[in-house]
Amino acid sequence: MDGDRRHLLLWFFAAATAVKLLLIPSYRSTDFEVHRNWLAITHSLPLSEWYFDETSQWTLDYPPFFAYFERFLSFFARLLDPKIVDLHKGLDYSADSVVYFQRITVIFSDLSLLLGVYRLTRKVETLKRNLICVLVVWSPGLLMVDHVHFQYNGFLLGWLLLSVSFLQDGRDLIGGFLFAVVLCFKHLFAVAAPVYFVYLLRHYCWAGLATGLRRLVALGSVVVAVFAAAFGPFIYNGQIQQVISRMFPFGRGLCHAYWAPNFWVFYIILDKGLAFTLRKLGFDVQVPSASFTGGLVGDSSPFAVLPQITPLTTFVMVLLAITPCLIKAWKKPQPGLVGRWIAYAYTCGFLFGWHVHEKASLHFTIPLAIVAVQSLEDAKHYFLVSIVYCYSLFPLLYEPQEYPIKVLLLLLHSMVMWLGFTALYSDEKALKEKEGGESKSKFEIGCIEKGYLIGLVLVEIVSQFLHPYFLGDRYAFMPLMLISTYCAVGIMYSWIWQLLKILT
Amino acid sequence: MPKKNLSGDGTAAPIDTWWWLSHKGTTTSFLCISLFALLIRSAVSMFPYSGAGTPPKFGDFEAQRHWMEITTNLPAIDWYRNGTHNDLTYWGLDYPPLTAYQSYIHGLLLRFFNPDSVSLFSSRGHESYIGKLLMRWTVLSSDALIFFPAALFFVLVYHRNRAKSQVAWHIAIILLNPCLILIDHGHFQYNCISLGLTVGAIAAVLCGSEVLTCVFFTLALSHKQMSAYFAPAFFSHLLGKCLRRKNPILSLLKLGIAVIATFVIVWWPYLHSVDDFLMVLSRLAPFERGIYEDYVANFWCTTSILIKWKKLFTTPSLKFMSLAATVLASLPSMVHQIFSPSNEGFLYGLLNSSMAFYLFSFQVHEKSILMPFLAATLLALKIPDHFNHLTYYALFSMFPLLCRDNLLLPYLTLHLLFTLIYHSQLPKTKASSFSFTNFPGYVFLLRTHFVISLVLHVVYLTIQPPQKYPFLFDALIMILCFSYFVMFAIYTNYTQWNFSSHFRSADKEKKQI
Repeated sequence: MDGDRRHLLLWFFAAATAVKLLLIPSYRSTDFEVHRNWLAITHSLPLSEWYFDETSQWTLDYPPFFAYFERFLSFFARLLDPKIVDLHKGLDYSADSVVYFQRITVIFSDLSLLLGVYRLTRKVETLKRNLICVLVVWSPGLLMVDHVHFQYNGFLLGWLLLSVSFLQDGRDLIGGFLFAVVLCFKHLFAVAAPVYFVYLLRHYCWAGLATGLRRLVALGSVVVAVFAAAFGPFIYNGQIQQVISRMFPFGRGLCHAYWAPNFWVFYIILDKGLAFTLRKLGFDVQVPSASFTGGLVGDSSPFAVLPQITPLTTFVMVLLAITPCLIKAWKKPQPGLVGRWIAYAYTCGFLFGWHVHEKASLHFTIPLAIVAVQSLEDAKHYFLVSIVYCYSLFPLLYEPQEYPIKVLLLLLHSMVMWLGFTALYSDEKALKEKEGGESKSKFEIGCIEKGYLIGLVLVEIVSQFLHPYFLGDRYAFMPLMLISTYCAVGIMYSWIWQLLKILT
Repeated sequence: MPKKNLSGDGTAAPIDTWWWLSHKGTTTSFLCISLFALLIRSAVSMFPYSGAGTPPKFGDFEAQRHWMEITTNLPAIDWYRNGTHNDLTYWGLDYPPLTAYQSYIHGLLLRFFNPDSVSLFSSRGHESYIGKLLMRWTVLSSDALIFFPAALFFVLVYHRNRAKSQVAWHIAIILLNPCLILIDHGHFQYNCISLGLTVGAIAAVLCGSEVLTCVFFTLALSHKQMSAYFAPAFFSHLLGKCLRRKNPILSLLKLGIAVIATFVIVWWPYLHSVDDFLMVLSRLAPFERGIYEDYVANFWCTTSILIKWKKLFTTPSLKFMSLAATVLASLPSMVHQIFSPSNEGFLYGLLNSSMAFYLFSFQVHEKSILMPFLAATLLALKIPDHFNHLTYYALFSMFPLLCRDNLLLPYLTLHLLFTLIYHSQLPKTKASSFSFTNFPGYVFLLRTHFVISLVLHVVYLTIQPPQKYPFLFDALIMILCFSYFVMFAIYTNYTQWNFSSHFRSADKEKKQI
């Protein structure tokens, strides 16, 4: 039985690998050069210079574990083609060797995602397990971001899923350990740290004075050990200040150039709208000198009317948004709900965070996939949010060659989800007589949701076809703004839905 | 992996792994699988095409682009004629008029978005990002508009009473045809149109509408003359069916009229004079190119290692010999269908006649394996083991061609994908009463073939052939594939012959009951 399960998981992984291999010659973003540069930095320079090197503009800005990972990969890179890891000669190197090497490392590193799914779905029934596999291993967002745009999210999310699986099994110490490891790979995962903290404290350490204290010390020392392994060498060299400043570049603006579909999109539009109306009404409203995507320039604010937003504000807002979840976790720490809470935490981080990338939506959609099969409402919710977030990633792949690929990925994903969910929630009778006719299903998409999805198609037609046809290159920001705003509506809905689900 | 039905009778089978894909009906699962198939095609399109970056002649991609250039700039009558504007030595049109019309339509599209790629003379050797993209999208759209609907038509007709998950498997096998994807979307050709029309004709036969069959098949023939590989099967099956009617002459007449009418409509610009018609025909059958070119796994090329056909015989006598051999090879299957036509037998007939043409015909290319392979995909549920091996050797026979086009990664990936799909759901095969393929000798032979092929893969990629025999490895691959194709052809011919006796005995049983 277990052998069968493993075979099937490997089958799903192999099928995804086939698609990933075919995507090797596709468009690569600057992230590709970023990672190649990190291979070069970690290979050619001593540890003490990793966070100081500025040969290339793509400086190291992930925590040390990721740097060690790149160092490990650079060993193989040098065997294949020494020019890859050459700090100066390898700049913007785009020969076949480096493309194939880096793409294949991403494919291999996705094995951690497979491991995470394997552990998470050990006690789940067949159909649900297959569906989770399909939703995670064949996630279109993962394919678009990791295997076209180029990143290592699959690898990192695998560790996160492993950590969640251990928490769900009740093995909190290992779960906490793995989360600390993930944090030292990419600090963006720290958004869920409050949830982990509260949950572990209440579930693991709240067991009577002696045991509790012992466990607290154990947990604390494990976390400290992990951080020491990561940051130790840099603290020893006195470089910790530099490392921190590299990891948290608050010199960047509130929004990324492509305007991730989060709450701040509404804030900005409200500000612009108010400024416009107030100017029309005769008030003297200054045009702001700073821009949203640029950095904080002294005291000047990019907002004309509404109050300025600082990184601290966003931090507080994220924390406030997570608080209901923390209270729930404190009152009744159930292992089965951990996945849901973590997904919620990342949703809040996405909606209210500082300089959020659209790619960050992967952090909450992958954990949500695990939750999606737990009930009918979860399935309906996931169906909507998954399509919205996948669509919001479209602007990342803006070249015409990838257009059919991204559209087909989204359509295929939607169709597979619909087929999977209708099968999962079909009538009991139909399950027994699967040969006869078509089965009725409890999984139905509501009218509002259908309307929203149709609107998505309209947004795509307008931004992709009508806008270039009628307006050409003018107002180039409008299609992006349209997509961001429309998707932000969907993601806000998801946040509210998740919040209500957690509270009830 | 897939839940095996241990009880064997199908009543208490547990839910199989792919039920969720097929529980909403054939058309829905077809739609889902076709989205995946289109995705794979779009991804393969990103790889290089034939003749990329190799002036002065380039390859098939440049040929197709050139045809778009010629058809959009010159009147129809000049398309096949050598002239100042149309130099036939530079990729002259050598497919029938439907290809020309299709090039015209695609050429208009290209001209609208990227006029530089189809302007007369100056666009020769034109290679650009947007040009390549538009050309690739024309193939993708032709596939989606012609091949996919034809495949759906076939699947709906063929699988009227069958287990749904087997249907999904079969759809995946047909749509994810690795040879077709690699040739059409990698190397660059438009086989999807003629093969799609052929599949439509086959589906029409299964459904009983013979006039439609004739129309579709004539269109397929008018798109690529290689569709004639299937002609004996169609002819013999329809003849057999007509002879069993009350009024055979009338039925034959109806079909004849359908063929002629379609033919006249398509070939209209070239039927105004005998000269024009012959001019086109001479382009379609370039006998001066010899009985074989390059290294293709058919009879003439493989045996030419021992018997130098080109030196011993003149071209006219070779023409006659290949015609005779082809007719002889397809005769058993034709005779069988004329005397006992049946739907199942017809499908085997297609496989047998296209295989016979591939093995014995004049001027066969490696890409022509697509024809027998298509017929095999339609029959995949009946001969799954043999189909598995055929796919492997069909792909292997195209391996040198694909390596020259820098399509090694898609080749390996599609191989992997095919293996995954094949093993996702193994259909239950009825063990045939007698088959030489059950003998251990055959199994041993097959295994040695496989091992040798693996070695050849590695050798071809890594080792340089000796100076004296630069095409040594190509020849070895050709010999290996040829020997498998011969075994396969013997097996399928044998099965088709046996089919009539099964058919008749099944009839007898029904009468007795």
